[in-house]
Amino acid sequence: MSMRTPLSRVRGLGSAHEGTDHFWRQRLTAVANIPLMLFFVIFLVRYSDATHAEVVAALANPFVAVVFGLMLVSGLFHMRLGMQIVLEDYVHGEGAKIVVLMLNTFFTIAVGAVALFAVLKLGFGG
Amino acid sequence: MTNVSRNRPLSPHLTVWRPTITYVMSIVHRITGVALYAGTLLVAAWLIAAASGPESFERVNALFGSLIGRLVLLGYTWALMHHMLGGLRHLVWDTGRGLGKYESRKFGWATIAGSVTLTILIWIAGFALRS
Ligand code: HEM
Repeated sequence: MSMRTPLSRVRGLGSAHEGTDHFWRQRLTAVANIPLMLFFVIFLVRYSDATHAEVVAALANPFVAVVFGLMLVSGLFHMRLGMQIVLEDYVHGEGAKIVVLMLNTFFTIAVGAVALFAVLKLGFGG
Repeated sequence: MTNVSRNRPLSPHLTVWRPTITYVMSIVHRITGVALYAGTLLVAAWLIAAASGPESFERVNALFGSLIGRLVLLGYTWALMHHMLGGLRHLVWDTGRGLGKYESRKFGWATIAGSVTLTILIWIAGFALRS
């Protein structure tokens, strides 16, 4: 017999009140990451020996710039969710946990701001 | 009162067991995920260098082109391929398939073989395209 109230069972959110949401977003970004990371790797193979002008010209293509942006957003979102699980597994103090989870978000946003700014600048023509 | 718990056998014995491929792959998936997390700094550095102009782009490229730089990028490629295939395995598991003992072992070995093969192919392609 379940000890949960009918409402709590219907919501299915568990004690963290977000329940399946984290799991779902992790899967959603994992699926999106597969084509996006393959695109990224193929781009790097193609441009590993390229000059600055060639790379700038490649990223000035709207399609390339947009896919690069999507790759960054999906990858960063996914890694932040993933790192949250890792941190929750190893950091047990309540205060320390809040601090490292905040740092996780700050790191993600800082890297995202730098990388997306660069992609936008290149996308708009260097 | 006699102490009934004193002579109970200690079981299962947590230090006497053999790692399985599935267990090792689970840890490697986590390690590669964390390595890729750090690796986003390299991606951001490369992009911001490209956006800053030819001189900074040359400087970052020289770092990545050095022996240590190439080893790091080789490791990054492998981590990405391994984590991607390991992630694919997780997604298949999420559908309820491939969870049997022998299937998941096969999956584990296939992840290693696949990630090493893809990494080698990517680097061969990268060098082959050099002019
Ligand atoms: C290439 C496509 C990718 C796929 C298919 C993928 C898939 C997955 C999946 C399914 C999980 C959950 C594993 C679990 O529930 O135990 C996961 C975890 C994780 N991923 Fe990814 N991922 C990809 C790329 C990335 C990238 C690019 C990064 C970092 C920048 C990353 C970082 C992480 C981290 C930190 C975790 C948490 C590891 C853990 O909990 O042990 N992943 N990934």
